[in-house]
Amino acid sequence: MLSEKYPEEVRKIFAKYPPEQKRSAVMPLLYLAQRDDGYITKAAMEDIARMLEITSTEVAEIVGFYTLYHDEKAGRYRMQVCTDLPCALRGADRFLEELCGNLGVKVGETTPDGLITIEAVMCLAACDKAPMFQVQAADGINYHENMTVDRTMELVAALRKSGKEVK
Amino acid sequence: MTHLLLRHRDIPDIDRLDVYQKNGGFEAFRKAVTKMKPQEVTYAVRVSGLRGRGGAGFPTGVKWGFIPGDIWPHYVVANADESEPGTFKDRELMERNPFQFLEGVAIAAYATGANAAYVYLRGEFWPVAASLDGKIADMEKAGLLGDGLFGTGFGLRIFTHLGAGAYICGEETALLESIEGKRGQPRIRPPFPAVYGLYGKPTVVNNVETLTNLPLIVEKGANWYKSLGTSDSAGVKIFSLSGHVNKPGNYELPFGTTYRDLIYNHGGGVTGDRPVKAIMSAGASSAMIVANARALDTPMDYASVRGLGADLGSASVIVINDSVDLDWVINKTIHFFKHESCGKCTPCREGCYWMMHLIERIERGEEVQASTELLHDVARQMQNKCLCPLGEFSTMAVTTAIERFPADFKTSPAGGSHA
Repeated sequence: MLSEKYPEEVRKIFAKYPPEQKRSAVMPLLYLAQRDDGYITKAAMEDIARMLEITSTEVAEIVGFYTLYHDEKAGRYRMQVCTDLPCALRGADRFLEELCGNLGVKVGETTPDGLITIEAVMCLAACDKAPMFQVQAADGINYHENMTVDRTMELVAALRKSGKEVK
Repeated sequence: MTHLLLRHRDIPDIDRLDVYQKNGGFEAFRKAVTKMKPQEVTYAVRVSGLRGRGGAGFPTGVKWGFIPGDIWPHYVVANADESEPGTFKDRELMERNPFQFLEGVAIAAYATGANAAYVYLRGEFWPVAASLDGKIADMEKAGLLGDGLFGTGFGLRIFTHLGAGAYICGEETALLESIEGKRGQPRIRPPFPAVYGLYGKPTVVNNVETLTNLPLIVEKGANWYKSLGTSDSAGVKIFSLSGHVNKPGNYELPFGTTYRDLIYNHGGGVTGDRPVKAIMSAGASSAMIVANARALDTPMDYASVRGLGADLGSASVIVINDSVDLDWVINKTIHFFKHESCGKCTPCREGCYWMMHLIERIERGEEVQASTELLHDVARQMQNKCLCPLGEFSTMAVTTAIERFPADFKTSPAGGSHA
Protein backbone atom coordinates (compact mmCIF):
# COMPACT_ATOMS: atom_id res chain seq x y z
CA MET A 1 0.00 0.00 0.00
CA LEU A 2 1.39 3.35 -1.08
CA SER A 3 0.13 5.22 1.97
CA GLU A 4 2.01 2.83 4.25
CA LYS A 5 5.12 2.60 2.16
CA TYR A 6 5.49 6.29 1.31
CA PRO A 7 3.38 8.19 3.87
CA GLU A 8 5.29 11.47 3.56
CA GLU A 9 5.19 11.49 -0.26
CA VAL A 10 1.49 10.67 -0.30
CA ARG A 11 0.75 13.45 2.18
CA LYS A 12 2.70 15.96 0.04
CA ILE A 13 0.88 14.87 -3.11
CA PHE A 14 -2.58 15.33 -1.57
CA ALA A 15 -1.59 18.75 -0.19
CA LYS A 16 -1.23 20.04 -3.75
CA TYR A 17 -4.92 19.76 -4.62
CA PRO A 18 -8.18 20.95 -3.04
CA PRO A 19 -9.43 18.28 -0.58
CA GLU A 20 -12.57 17.68 -2.65
CA GLN A 21 -10.47 17.11 -5.81
CA LYS A 22 -8.58 14.02 -4.73
CA ARG A 23 -8.68 12.54 -8.20
CA SER A 24 -6.05 15.06 -9.29
CA ALA A 25 -3.54 13.01 -7.31
CA VAL A 26 -3.79 10.05 -9.68
CA MET A 27 -0.82 11.02 -11.87
CA PRO A 28 1.71 11.69 -9.07
CA LEU A 29 0.50 8.57 -7.24
CA LEU A 30 1.09 6.48 -10.36
CA TYR A 31 4.66 7.78 -10.57
CA LEU A 32 5.07 6.76 -6.93
CA ALA A 33 3.67 3.30 -7.67
CA GLN A 34 6.16 2.96 -10.50
CA ARG A 35 9.10 3.92 -8.31
CA ASP A 36 10.24 0.46 -7.23
CA ASP A 37 9.95 -1.79 -10.24
CA GLY A 38 9.49 0.60 -13.13
CA TYR A 39 5.97 -0.55 -13.87
CA ILE A 40 2.55 -0.43 -12.26
CA THR A 41 0.81 -3.58 -11.08
CA LYS A 42 -2.94 -4.22 -11.06
CA ALA A 43 -2.80 -4.27 -7.26
CA ALA A 44 -1.22 -0.81 -7.21
CA MET A 45 -3.95 0.52 -9.51
CA GLU A 46 -6.61 -0.89 -7.19
CA ASP A 47 -4.84 0.64 -4.20
CA ILE A 48 -4.81 4.07 -5.88
CA ALA A 49 -8.45 3.69 -6.92
CA ARG A 50 -9.43 3.08 -3.30
CA MET A 51 -7.45 6.09 -2.11
CA LEU A 52 -9.11 8.37 -4.66
CA GLU A 53 -12.57 6.81 -4.50
CA ILE A 54 -12.65 6.12 -8.24
CA THR A 55 -12.78 2.81 -10.09
CA SER A 56 -9.64 0.87 -10.98
CA THR A 57 -10.72 1.19 -14.61
CA GLU A 58 -10.45 4.94 -14.27
CA VAL A 59 -6.91 4.49 -12.97
CA ALA A 60 -6.04 1.98 -15.69
CA GLU A 61 -7.19 4.34 -18.42
CA ILE A 62 -4.67 6.93 -17.18
CA VAL A 63 -1.92 4.30 -17.31
CA GLY A 64 -2.97 3.42 -20.84
CA PHE A 65 -3.29 6.98 -22.11
CA TYR A 66 0.07 8.42 -21.05
CA THR A 67 3.30 7.03 -22.47
CA LEU A 68 5.46 7.38 -19.35
CA TYR A 69 3.40 4.91 -17.33
CA HIS A 70 4.07 1.23 -17.90
CA ASP A 71 2.08 -1.82 -16.93
CA GLU A 72 4.71 -4.33 -18.02
CA LYS A 73 8.18 -4.98 -16.81
CA ALA A 74 11.02 -3.92 -19.11
CA GLY A 75 14.72 -3.20 -18.69
CA ARG A 76 15.77 -1.37 -15.58
CA TYR A 77 16.54 1.63 -17.76
CA ARG A 78 14.39 2.63 -20.69
CA MET A 79 16.63 4.43 -23.14
CA GLN A 80 14.20 6.54 -25.16
CA VAL A 81 15.68 8.04 -28.30
CA CYS A 82 13.87 10.92 -29.98
CA THR A 83 13.55 10.31 -33.72
CA ASP A 84 11.12 13.11 -34.54
CA LEU A 85 11.72 15.45 -37.47
CA PRO A 86 14.20 18.00 -35.97
CA CYS A 87 16.27 15.23 -34.37
CA ALA A 88 16.09 13.13 -37.54
CA LEU A 89 17.44 16.06 -39.55
CA ARG A 90 20.47 15.82 -37.27
CA GLY A 91 20.96 12.09 -37.75
CA ALA A 92 18.81 10.59 -34.98
CA ASP A 93 17.59 7.66 -37.10
CA ARG A 94 21.15 6.64 -37.96
CA PHE A 95 22.16 7.09 -34.33
CA LEU A 96 19.36 4.79 -33.15
CA GLU A 97 20.19 2.18 -35.78
CA GLU A 98 23.88 2.12 -34.88
CA LEU A 99 23.11 2.05 -31.17
CA CYS A 100 20.81 -0.92 -31.64
CA GLY A 101 23.54 -2.63 -33.68
CA ASN A 102 26.05 -2.06 -30.90
CA LEU A 103 23.71 -3.35 -28.23
CA GLY A 104 22.54 -6.27 -30.36
CA VAL A 105 18.86 -5.48 -29.90
CA LYS A 106 16.03 -4.12 -32.02
CA VAL A 107 13.91 -1.08 -31.10
CA GLY A 108 11.54 -2.15 -28.34
CA GLU A 109 13.78 -4.95 -27.13
CA THR A 110 15.71 -5.36 -23.89
CA THR A 111 19.37 -6.32 -23.55
CA PRO A 112 19.82 -9.92 -22.35
CA ASP A 113 21.07 -8.72 -18.94
CA GLY A 114 17.70 -7.03 -18.43
CA LEU A 115 19.33 -3.65 -17.94
CA ILE A 116 18.35 -1.57 -20.96
CA THR A 117 15.25 -1.37 -23.17
CA ILE A 118 15.67 0.70 -26.32
CA GLU A 119 12.67 2.72 -27.43
CA ALA A 120 12.03 5.29 -30.16
CA VAL A 121 9.93 8.14 -28.78
CA MET A 122 8.30 11.38 -29.87
CA CYS A 123 9.72 14.88 -29.43
CA LEU A 124 11.47 15.55 -26.09
CA ALA A 125 11.95 19.33 -26.54
CA ALA A 126 15.70 19.13 -27.05
CA CYS A 127 15.76 19.56 -30.85
CA ASP A 128 18.94 21.66 -30.85
CA LYS A 129 20.91 18.99 -29.01
CA ALA A 130 20.23 15.93 -31.16
CA PRO A 131 21.04 13.11 -31.22
CA MET A 132 19.58 12.82 -27.75
CA PHE A 133 17.66 10.45 -25.55
CA GLN A 134 16.20 10.29 -22.12
CA VAL A 135 16.72 7.50 -19.66
CA GLN A 136 13.59 6.61 -17.75
CA ALA A 137 14.41 4.73 -14.59
CA ALA A 138 12.02 3.71 -11.83
CA ASP A 139 12.78 6.86 -9.85
CA GLY A 140 13.03 9.52 -12.52
CA ILE A 141 14.05 10.74 -15.95
CA ASN A 142 17.29 12.26 -17.18
CA TYR A 143 18.27 13.74 -20.53
CA HIS A 144 21.46 12.91 -22.40
CA GLU A 145 22.08 15.41 -25.20
CA ASN A 146 24.49 15.88 -28.11
CA MET A 147 25.24 12.17 -27.90
CA THR A 148 27.39 9.91 -30.05
CA VAL A 149 27.13 6.14 -30.20
CA ASP A 150 30.55 5.86 -28.51
CA ARG A 151 29.56 8.05 -25.57
CA THR A 152 26.27 6.20 -25.26
CA MET A 153 28.12 2.88 -25.09
CA GLU A 154 30.31 4.36 -22.33
CA LEU A 155 27.14 5.25 -20.44
CA VAL A 156 25.86 1.71 -20.98
CA ALA A 157 29.14 0.27 -19.69
CA ALA A 158 28.95 2.48 -16.60
CA LEU A 159 25.36 1.39 -16.00
CA ARG A 160 26.37 -2.25 -16.28
CA LYS A 161 29.22 -1.77 -13.85
CA SER A 162 27.57 0.30 -11.16
CA GLY A 163 23.90 -0.16 -11.87
CA LYS A 164 23.66 3.62 -11.51
CA GLU A 165 23.11 6.28 -14.12
CA VAL A 166 25.83 8.87 -14.52
CA LYS A 167 24.83 12.19 -16.03
CA MET B 1 21.61 42.99 -27.20
CA THR B 2 20.85 42.45 -23.56
CA HIS B 3 18.43 39.60 -23.08
CA LEU B 4 15.06 40.31 -21.52
CA LEU B 5 13.86 36.71 -21.22
CA LEU B 6 17.03 34.62 -21.52
CA ARG B 7 18.62 36.80 -18.83
CA HIS B 8 20.75 33.93 -17.55
CA ARG B 9 22.91 34.42 -20.62
CA ASP B 10 23.94 37.82 -19.27
CA ILE B 11 23.71 37.36 -15.50
CA PRO B 12 25.40 34.30 -13.96
CA ASP B 13 23.50 32.43 -11.23
CA ILE B 14 20.24 34.27 -11.86
CA ASP B 15 18.56 30.97 -11.02
CA ARG B 16 19.42 31.76 -7.38
CA LEU B 17 16.83 33.81 -5.53
CA ASP B 18 19.35 36.22 -3.96
CA VAL B 19 20.95 36.92 -7.35
CA TYR B 20 17.57 37.35 -9.02
CA GLN B 21 16.46 39.79 -6.31
CA LYS B 22 19.74 41.73 -6.50
CA ASN B 23 18.93 42.27 -10.16
CA GLY B 24 15.50 43.70 -9.48
CA GLY B 25 13.68 40.41 -9.14
CA PHE B 26 10.19 40.39 -7.57
CA GLU B 27 10.03 44.20 -7.55
CA ALA B 28 7.42 43.99 -10.30
CA PHE B 29 5.33 41.53 -8.27
CA ARG B 30 5.67 43.76 -5.20
CA LYS B 31 4.70 46.81 -7.25
CA ALA B 32 1.65 45.05 -8.68
CA VAL B 33 0.38 43.81 -5.31
CA THR B 34 1.09 46.95 -3.28
CA LYS B 35 0.54 49.76 -5.79
CA MET B 36 -1.80 48.49 -8.50
CA LYS B 37 -5.33 47.18 -8.63
CA PRO B 38 -5.72 43.79 -10.37
CA GLN B 39 -7.65 45.50 -13.20
CA GLU B 40 -4.77 47.94 -13.67
CA VAL B 41 -2.35 45.05 -14.18
CA THR B 42 -4.71 43.45 -16.70
CA TYR B 43 -5.09 46.79 -18.46
CA ALA B 44 -1.30 47.26 -18.67
CA VAL B 45 -0.87 43.78 -20.17
CA ARG B 46 -3.61 44.51 -22.69
CA VAL B 47 -2.02 47.83 -23.70
CA SER B 48 1.42 46.21 -23.95
CA GLY B 49 0.18 44.14 -26.90
CA LEU B 50 1.57 40.90 -25.41
CA ARG B 51 0.23 37.90 -27.32
CA GLY B 52 0.30 34.27 -26.24
CA ARG B 53 3.66 32.71 -26.98
CA GLY B 54 2.48 29.10 -26.98
CA GLY B 55 1.41 29.33 -30.60
CA ALA B 56 -2.09 30.78 -30.76
CA GLY B 57 -0.94 34.40 -30.46
CA PHE B 58 -4.09 35.48 -28.63
CA PRO B 59 -3.77 38.81 -26.75
CA THR B 60 -2.97 37.92 -23.13
CA GLY B 61 -4.68 40.86 -21.47
CA VAL B 62 -7.86 40.22 -23.45
CA LYS B 63 -7.81 36.57 -22.34
CA TRP B 64 -7.58 37.66 -18.71
CA GLY B 65 -10.44 40.08 -19.25
CA PHE B 66 -12.83 37.17 -19.85
CA ILE B 67 -12.49 36.00 -16.23
CA PRO B 68 -15.86 36.68 -14.54
CA GLY B 69 -15.99 38.43 -11.18
CA ASP B 70 -18.96 36.48 -9.83
CA ILE B 71 -17.66 32.89 -9.91
CA TRP B 72 -14.91 31.87 -7.46
CA PRO B 73 -12.24 30.64 -6.88
CA HIS B 74 -10.05 31.48 -9.87
CA TYR B 75 -6.99 29.56 -11.01
CA VAL B 76 -3.90 30.32 -13.03
CA VAL B 77 -2.27 27.48 -14.91
CA ALA B 78 1.13 27.76 -16.58
CA ASN B 79 1.31 25.64 -19.70
CA ALA B 80 4.77 24.05 -19.53
CA ASP B 81 3.81 21.03 -21.62
CA GLU B 82 6.18 22.10 -24.44
CA SER B 83 5.88 19.14 -26.80
CA GLU B 84 5.78 20.56 -30.33
CA PRO B 85 8.60 19.10 -32.42
CA GLY B 86 10.97 22.04 -32.87
CA THR B 87 10.09 23.85 -29.65
CA PHE B 88 12.53 23.92 -26.72
CA LYS B 89 12.35 27.44 -25.31
CA ASP B 90 10.22 26.99 -22.19
CA ARG B 91 12.55 24.37 -20.82
CA GLU B 92 15.52 26.75 -21.03
CA LEU B 93 13.53 29.49 -19.30
CA MET B 94 12.40 27.24 -16.45
CA GLU B 95 15.82 25.68 -15.98
CA ARG B 96 17.97 28.77 -16.24
CA ASN B 97 15.78 31.79 -15.41
CA PRO B 98 13.09 30.16 -13.24
CA PHE B 99 12.28 33.08 -10.95
CA GLN B 100 11.33 35.44 -13.76
CA PHE B 101 8.88 32.80 -14.95
CA LEU B 102 7.53 32.21 -11.42
CA GLU B 103 7.24 35.98 -10.86
CA GLY B 104 5.17 36.07 -14.05
CA VAL B 105 2.91 33.33 -12.67
CA ALA B 106 2.50 35.36 -9.47
CA ILE B 107 1.63 38.55 -11.37
CA ALA B 108 -0.93 36.70 -13.51
CA ALA B 109 -2.47 35.24 -10.35
CA TYR B 110 -2.73 38.66 -8.70
CA ALA B 111 -4.26 40.22 -11.83
CA THR B 112 -6.90 37.51 -12.17
CA GLY B 113 -7.63 37.07 -8.46
CA ALA B 114 -6.25 33.53 -8.18
CA ASN B 115 -4.88 32.25 -4.89
CA ALA B 116 -3.59 29.01 -6.37
CA ALA B 117 -1.56 28.42 -9.51
CA TYR B 118 -0.44 25.19 -11.13
CA VAL B 119 2.55 24.73 -13.39
CA TYR B 120 1.73 21.82 -15.73
CA LEU B 121 5.00 20.33 -16.99
CA ARG B 122 5.32 17.52 -19.50
CA GLY B 123 6.38 14.35 -17.69
CA GLU B 124 9.74 14.29 -19.40
CA PHE B 125 10.59 17.53 -17.56
CA TRP B 126 10.87 15.56 -14.32
CA PRO B 127 14.16 17.20 -13.25
CA VAL B 128 12.80 20.64 -14.22
CA ALA B 129 9.79 20.08 -11.96
CA ALA B 130 12.04 19.00 -9.10
CA SER B 131 14.12 22.14 -9.59
CA LEU B 132 11.02 24.37 -9.72
CA ASP B 133 9.73 22.77 -6.50
CA GLY B 134 12.96 23.92 -4.87
CA LYS B 135 12.57 27.46 -6.25
CA ILE B 136 8.97 27.62 -5.05
CA ALA B 137 10.15 26.56 -1.57
CA ASP B 138 12.77 29.35 -1.70
CA MET B 139 10.02 31.85 -2.50
CA GLU B 140 7.88 30.58 0.37
CA LYS B 141 10.78 30.99 2.80
CA ALA B 142 11.42 34.52 1.54
CA GLY B 143 7.78 35.52 2.04
CA LEU B 144 7.09 35.81 -1.69
CA LEU B 145 4.43 33.08 -1.59
CA GLY B 146 1.93 32.29 1.14
CA ASP B 147 -0.70 34.35 2.91
CA GLY B 148 -0.78 38.12 3.36
CA LEU B 149 1.92 38.96 0.81
CA PHE B 150 3.68 42.30 1.26
CA GLY B 151 1.34 43.11 4.15
CA THR B 152 -1.77 42.95 1.96
CA GLY B 153 -4.67 40.51 2.01
CA PHE B 154 -3.46 38.75 -1.14
CA GLY B 155 -2.15 35.21 -0.79
CA LEU B 156 -0.81 32.74 -3.34
CA ARG B 157 0.46 29.18 -3.53
CA ILE B 158 2.13 27.68 -6.62
CA PHE B 159 2.22 23.92 -7.29
CA THR B 160 3.85 21.85 -10.01
CA HIS B 161 1.99 19.03 -11.73
CA LEU B 162 3.80 16.54 -13.95
CA GLY B 163 2.14 15.16 -17.05
CA ALA B 164 3.22 11.78 -18.36
CA GLY B 165 3.92 12.01 -22.06
CA ALA B 166 1.04 13.30 -24.19
CA TYR B 167 1.39 16.06 -26.79
CA ILE B 168 -2.34 16.72 -26.61
CA CYS B 169 -2.01 18.07 -23.07
CA GLY B 170 -0.53 21.23 -24.55
CA GLU B 171 -4.08 22.00 -25.68
CA GLU B 172 -5.42 23.97 -22.76
CA THR B 173 -8.65 22.08 -22.06
CA ALA B 174 -6.88 18.71 -22.38
CA LEU B 175 -4.30 20.04 -19.95
CA LEU B 176 -7.04 20.91 -17.45
CA GLU B 177 -8.58 17.45 -17.79
CA SER B 178 -5.14 16.00 -17.09
CA ILE B 179 -4.72 18.01 -13.86
CA GLU B 180 -8.16 16.80 -12.84
CA GLY B 181 -6.86 13.24 -13.05
CA LYS B 182 -8.51 12.27 -16.31
CA ARG B 183 -7.26 11.30 -19.74
CA GLY B 184 -5.90 14.38 -21.47
CA GLN B 185 -8.60 14.88 -24.06
CA PRO B 186 -9.85 18.29 -25.18
CA ARG B 187 -13.21 19.58 -24.02
CA ILE B 188 -15.84 20.90 -26.36
CA ARG B 189 -15.68 24.68 -26.31
CA PRO B 190 -17.44 26.91 -25.39
CA PRO B 191 -17.45 27.23 -22.44
CA PHE B 192 -13.85 28.42 -22.51
CA PRO B 193 -11.49 27.94 -19.55
CA ALA B 194 -11.85 31.61 -18.59
CA VAL B 195 -15.37 30.73 -17.45
CA TYR B 196 -15.28 26.95 -16.96
CA GLY B 197 -11.69 25.87 -16.41
CA LEU B 198 -9.91 23.87 -13.74
CA TYR B 199 -12.46 22.11 -11.50
CA GLY B 200 -15.12 24.01 -13.45
CA LYS B 201 -13.86 27.37 -12.17
CA PRO B 202 -12.60 30.43 -14.07
CA THR B 203 -9.05 29.71 -15.17
CA VAL B 204 -6.33 31.49 -17.09
CA VAL B 205 -3.96 29.19 -18.98
CA ASN B 206 -0.80 30.91 -20.24
CA ASN B 207 2.38 29.61 -21.83
CA VAL B 208 5.68 29.78 -19.89
CA GLU B 209 7.26 32.34 -22.21
CA THR B 210 4.14 34.51 -22.11
CA LEU B 211 4.27 34.58 -18.32
CA THR B 212 8.01 35.31 -18.28
CA ASN B 213 7.28 38.59 -20.10
CA LEU B 214 4.98 39.90 -17.36
CA PRO B 215 7.56 41.21 -14.86
CA LEU B 216 9.03 43.36 -17.67
CA ILE B 217 5.66 44.87 -18.55
CA VAL B 218 4.78 45.69 -14.94
CA GLU B 219 8.26 47.04 -14.19
CA LYS B 220 9.01 49.06 -17.31
CA GLY B 221 5.51 49.84 -18.51
CA ALA B 222 3.18 48.77 -21.28
CA ASN B 223 4.32 51.48 -23.68
CA TRP B 224 7.98 50.56 -23.32
CA TYR B 225 7.11 46.95 -24.05
CA LYS B 226 4.97 47.89 -27.02
CA SER B 227 7.81 49.94 -28.48
CA LEU B 228 9.77 46.73 -28.97
CA GLY B 229 8.90 44.65 -32.02
CA THR B 230 6.47 45.57 -34.78
CA SER B 231 3.02 47.12 -34.90
CA ASP B 232 1.07 43.85 -34.64
CA SER B 233 3.73 41.90 -32.76
CA ALA B 234 4.86 43.67 -29.60
CA GLY B 235 7.91 42.75 -27.58
CA VAL B 236 10.61 40.16 -28.03
CA LYS B 237 10.33 36.50 -28.91
CA ILE B 238 12.41 33.44 -28.40
CA PHE B 239 12.97 31.69 -31.72
CA SER B 240 13.82 28.00 -31.38
CA LEU B 241 16.02 27.20 -34.37
CA SER B 242 16.57 23.57 -35.33
CA GLY B 243 17.14 21.24 -38.26
CA HIS B 244 19.76 21.85 -40.94
CA VAL B 245 21.62 24.77 -39.36
CA ASN B 246 25.14 24.95 -37.99
CA LYS B 247 24.19 26.57 -34.70
CA PRO B 248 20.75 25.40 -33.59
CA GLY B 249 19.42 26.84 -30.36
CA ASN B 250 17.19 29.49 -28.80
CA TYR B 251 17.58 33.05 -30.01
CA GLU B 252 15.81 35.93 -28.32
CA LEU B 253 15.20 38.50 -31.04
CA PRO B 254 12.86 41.39 -31.75
CA PHE B 255 9.82 40.53 -33.82
CA GLY B 256 10.49 41.48 -37.41
CA THR B 257 13.90 39.82 -37.66
CA THR B 258 14.10 38.08 -41.04
CA TYR B 259 14.47 34.35 -41.61
CA ARG B 260 17.71 35.08 -43.45
CA ASP B 261 19.13 36.88 -40.42
CA LEU B 262 18.05 34.08 -38.08
CA ILE B 263 19.40 31.25 -40.22
CA TYR B 264 22.58 32.75 -41.67
CA ASN B 265 23.64 35.25 -39.03
CA HIS B 266 22.48 33.82 -35.70
CA GLY B 267 22.26 30.20 -36.82
CA GLY B 268 25.65 30.14 -38.53
CA GLY B 269 24.29 29.09 -41.92
CA VAL B 270 22.93 25.87 -43.35
CA THR B 271 24.40 22.43 -42.76
CA GLY B 272 26.74 21.40 -45.57
CA ASP B 273 26.47 24.91 -47.08
CA ARG B 274 23.53 23.69 -49.09
CA PRO B 275 20.54 25.82 -50.13
CA VAL B 276 17.53 25.98 -47.81
CA LYS B 277 14.67 24.14 -49.42
CA ALA B 278 11.85 24.56 -46.93
CA ILE B 279 11.18 26.30 -43.65
CA MET B 280 8.69 25.16 -41.06
CA SER B 281 7.87 28.31 -39.11
CA ALA B 282 5.90 26.77 -36.25
CA GLY B 283 7.30 23.31 -35.63
CA ALA B 284 5.71 20.14 -36.94
CA SER B 285 2.31 21.90 -36.99
CA SER B 286 3.55 24.30 -39.59
CA ALA B 287 2.69 24.79 -43.20
CA MET B 288 5.70 24.24 -45.45
CA ILE B 289 7.27 27.51 -46.62
CA VAL B 290 9.14 27.47 -49.94
CA ALA B 291 12.47 29.01 -48.94
CA ASN B 292 12.92 31.40 -51.84
CA ALA B 293 14.49 34.87 -51.55
CA ARG B 294 11.15 36.45 -50.69
CA ALA B 295 10.58 34.03 -47.83
CA LEU B 296 14.10 34.42 -46.47
CA ASP B 297 13.70 38.19 -46.41
CA THR B 298 10.32 38.04 -44.68
CA PRO B 299 10.24 39.59 -41.22
CA MET B 300 9.20 37.13 -38.54
CA ASP B 301 6.05 38.66 -37.11
CA TYR B 302 2.47 37.41 -36.95
CA ALA B 303 1.19 39.25 -40.05
CA SER B 304 4.20 38.82 -42.32
CA VAL B 305 4.52 35.06 -41.79
CA ARG B 306 0.83 34.72 -42.58
CA GLY B 307 1.66 36.38 -45.90
CA LEU B 308 3.76 33.31 -46.69
CA GLY B 309 0.80 31.00 -46.16
CA ALA B 310 2.06 29.88 -42.76
CA ASP B 311 1.90 30.93 -39.11
CA LEU B 312 4.43 32.29 -36.66
CA GLY B 313 3.00 29.97 -33.99
CA SER B 314 5.44 29.28 -31.21
CA ALA B 315 8.27 30.48 -33.50
CA SER B 316 9.90 27.08 -33.72
CA VAL B 317 11.82 27.35 -36.95
CA ILE B 318 12.84 24.04 -38.54
CA VAL B 319 15.24 24.49 -41.44
CA ILE B 320 15.26 21.86 -44.18
CA ASN B 321 17.99 21.87 -46.83
CA ASP B 322 17.92 20.28 -50.27
CA SER B 323 19.40 16.97 -49.09
CA VAL B 324 15.99 15.62 -48.13
CA ASP B 325 12.68 15.26 -49.93
CA LEU B 326 9.46 16.52 -48.47
CA ASP B 327 7.73 13.13 -48.66
CA TRP B 328 10.21 11.93 -46.04
CA VAL B 329 9.57 15.06 -43.95
CA ILE B 330 5.81 14.60 -43.83
CA ASN B 331 6.28 10.90 -43.15
CA LYS B 332 7.90 12.06 -39.91
CA THR B 333 5.22 14.60 -39.02
CA ILE B 334 2.35 12.24 -39.86
CA HIS B 335 3.78 9.50 -37.63
CA PHE B 336 4.10 12.04 -34.85
CA PHE B 337 0.47 13.11 -35.07
CA LYS B 338 -0.76 9.54 -35.52
CA HIS B 339 0.98 8.66 -32.25
CA GLU B 340 -0.26 11.75 -30.43
CA SER B 341 -3.87 11.85 -31.62
CA CYS B 342 -5.94 11.49 -28.46
CA GLY B 343 -8.67 9.51 -30.18
CA LYS B 344 -11.58 11.63 -29.01
CA CYS B 345 -12.76 13.00 -32.36
CA THR B 346 -13.19 10.90 -35.47
CA PRO B 347 -11.61 13.17 -38.13
CA CYS B 348 -8.27 13.27 -36.31
CA ARG B 349 -8.27 9.68 -35.04
CA GLU B 350 -9.20 8.11 -38.39
CA GLY B 351 -7.60 10.79 -40.55
CA CYS B 352 -4.16 10.42 -38.98
CA TYR B 353 -4.45 6.65 -39.33
CA TRP B 354 -5.19 6.89 -43.06
CA MET B 355 -2.59 9.57 -43.65
CA MET B 356 -0.02 7.25 -42.08
CA HIS B 357 -0.95 4.32 -44.32
CA LEU B 358 -0.90 6.50 -47.42
CA ILE B 359 2.49 8.08 -46.72
CA GLU B 360 3.89 4.62 -46.01
CA ARG B 361 2.63 3.48 -49.41
CA ILE B 362 4.29 6.50 -51.00
CA GLU B 363 7.54 5.71 -49.20
CA ARG B 364 7.40 2.15 -50.51
CA GLY B 365 6.89 3.52 -54.02
CA GLU B 366 3.40 2.03 -54.39
CA GLU B 367 1.15 3.98 -56.76
CA VAL B 368 2.93 7.16 -55.79
CA GLN B 369 0.76 9.54 -57.79
CA ALA B 370 -2.59 8.06 -56.80
CA SER B 371 -1.51 7.68 -53.18
CA THR B 372 -0.34 11.28 -53.07
CA GLU B 373 -3.65 12.54 -54.45
CA LEU B 374 -5.57 10.46 -51.93
CA LEU B 375 -3.32 11.63 -49.08
CA HIS B 376 -3.97 15.23 -50.05
CA ASP B 377 -7.68 14.52 -50.21
CA VAL B 378 -7.78 12.88 -46.77
CA ALA B 379 -5.86 15.78 -45.23
CA ARG B 380 -8.18 18.32 -46.85
CA GLN B 381 -11.22 16.46 -45.56
CA MET B 382 -9.90 16.62 -42.01
CA GLN B 383 -9.49 20.39 -42.10
CA ASN B 384 -12.02 22.46 -40.13
CA LYS B 385 -13.60 19.29 -38.76
CA CYS B 386 -11.39 18.36 -35.82
CA LEU B 387 -12.40 19.00 -32.22
CA CYS B 388 -9.21 20.84 -31.32
CA PRO B 389 -6.44 22.71 -33.16
CA LEU B 390 -4.04 19.80 -32.81
CA GLY B 391 -6.05 17.72 -35.25
CA GLU B 392 -5.97 20.59 -37.71
CA PHE B 393 -2.20 20.92 -37.20
CA SER B 394 -1.63 17.37 -38.39
CA THR B 395 -2.75 18.30 -41.89
CA MET B 396 -0.85 21.56 -42.40
CA ALA B 397 2.51 20.15 -43.45
CA VAL B 398 0.83 17.45 -45.54
CA THR B 399 -1.32 19.61 -47.79
CA THR B 400 1.29 22.34 -48.22
CA ALA B 401 4.16 19.93 -48.91
CA ILE B 402 2.15 18.28 -51.68
CA GLU B 403 0.93 21.61 -53.11
CA ARG B 404 4.18 23.54 -52.87
CA PHE B 405 6.73 20.79 -53.52
CA PRO B 406 5.02 18.57 -56.12
CA ALA B 407 8.32 17.34 -57.57
CA ASP B 408 9.13 15.60 -54.28
CA PHE B 409 6.12 13.33 -54.73
CA LYS B 410 6.76 12.26 -58.28
CA THR B 411 9.87 10.16 -57.90
CA SER B 412 9.98 6.75 -56.32
CA PRO B 413 11.62 6.90 -52.90
CA ALA B 414 14.55 4.89 -54.21
CA GLY B 415 15.49 7.94 -56.24
CA GLY B 416 14.67 10.40 -53.47
CA SER B 417 16.85 11.17 -50.54
CA HIS B 418 16.55 10.73 -46.82
CA ALA B 419 18.37 12.37 -43.95
